[in-house]
Amino acid sequence: MNRALISLVAIVQREALRFVGQRGRFLAALVRPMVWLVVFAAGFRAALGLSIEPPYQTYITYEVYIVPGLCGMVQLFNGMQSSLSLVYDREMGSMRLLLTSPLPRWWLLFCKLLAGTAISIAQVYAFLFLAGLFGISFSWSGYVAVLPALVISGLMLGSLGLLLSSTIRQLENFAGVMNFVIFPMFFLSTALYPLWKMAEASTLLRDICAYNPFTHAVELIRFALHGEFNAWALLWVVLSFAIFLAASVRGYDPARGMIRRRAG
Amino acid sequence: MRQESSGLSVSGLKHSYGRVQALSGVDFDLEAGAFCALLGPNGAGKSTLFSLLTRLFVPDAGSVRIGGIDLAANPGNALAKMGVVFQQPTLDLDLSVQQNMLYYAALHGVGKREAKPRIGAVLERLGMAKRAGEKVRSLNGGHRRRMEIARALLHEPSLLLLDEPTVGLDIETRRTITDHVHQLAAEERLTVLWATHLADEVNDDDRLVVINDGTIVADGLCKDIRGNQTLLQVFAELTAAKVA
Repeated sequence: MNRALISLVAIVQREALRFVGQRGRFLAALVRPMVWLVVFAAGFRAALGLSIEPPYQTYITYEVYIVPGLCGMVQLFNGMQSSLSLVYDREMGSMRLLLTSPLPRWWLLFCKLLAGTAISIAQVYAFLFLAGLFGISFSWSGYVAVLPALVISGLMLGSLGLLLSSTIRQLENFAGVMNFVIFPMFFLSTALYPLWKMAEASTLLRDICAYNPFTHAVELIRFALHGEFNAWALLWVVLSFAIFLAASVRGYDPARGMIRRRAG
Repeated sequence: MRQESSGLSVSGLKHSYGRVQALSGVDFDLEAGAFCALLGPNGAGKSTLFSLLTRLFVPDAGSVRIGGIDLAANPGNALAKMGVVFQQPTLDLDLSVQQNMLYYAALHGVGKREAKPRIGAVLERLGMAKRAGEKVRSLNGGHRRRMEIARALLHEPSLLLLDEPTVGLDIETRRTITDHVHQLAAEERLTVLWATHLADEVNDDDRLVVINDGTIVADGLCKDIRGNQTLLQVFAELTAAKVA
């Protein structure tokens, strides 16, 4: 095995071991979307009429509509949580261990991202399984087709977390990330309501939603779950991923980035 | 691969945080196999120097050569020759000693099969062989430090950097660890840079570099620098002179 691959396996394994060790985190990652699905969606379905629009070919219940958005939410939370763990790593020193490895820094950061994505995918499938128990299931091909969509959306959201961890000085306070990243990204997207519904309220909000990369991650997942491919969403997600990753590699560059400003 | 005449060479190293000059032109040269203590009070620039040596930041000016390899021009090869023990512990507390070591080995591109016998050997060398399977959380501070030193040796570096490795340890444990590392330098021809603010960790025959206020204020053998006085007295004079 070559050196790059050895480090990749080790980084993924470390994240997985740590994740298994934190049962609370796994539970929280499952309870959160389930509360939305079982409680919020039940209350909200009466208030919100959905029309037939792609990828749906028939009327669907609100619960079916919101599942892809909740998959995205699981990945969004996971991405932000890994960014917090990166800040934690930095404060605890294990980031230094990573950064003083002779392997190229961009590769090590990419390995970190892949590790976080792998964990978020495990969470999403666990959530989809639970949703299935509540009667919201998809075709087998949908469950398979959603995998590549989850990989790319997980990488995109993870790289956003990486970027945050490289630029924001202290992220100890999860509430700050909730208020300024998770909530705006989640609510200004198609996770909970379709774009046309948003347009009824305000065209400005609709436009923001349309540019929000999280919207496209959700749409990519939504189409994939129904066995369809949304090229436009894929393009947006890939583009955002490339931008976030490039910016965070720059952020972790010892000569240029924000890391330079910190003594520790 | 430890035949180079120069183990570590630092020249004209400068670094500032905004307007605060943390290092203003640091030069010193360590020959291969030397044990060098870098003594300086808190805030003297030791940690900044370590960050520059480990490429956590890039200096404003100056260069670092590790075993003859320029750190800026060839960071991968230079870092591969370096083992680092940071001031803050960098361990996963919930993983075992062995798991921590395997992770580190992998970050240096050493796979499991090759790493396992090496882990056995370095743990043995530091008297930690029995603890391979224990969770790091269950180890005491001294053992954790020894484990970190063992880990830093895993990829067979030619230079070992230790940033105040004995902080928070009791006197006896400090003594054991300092002795261990002195022994390593002597037996393995390992170049060691040991940063500390504690004068009692330096032996008379050690090379000593005293840093204060971002510059080197003394450089030579410990016994030559201290003369008839105790190192503590000399250290106090050297560092007080700058402050006043």
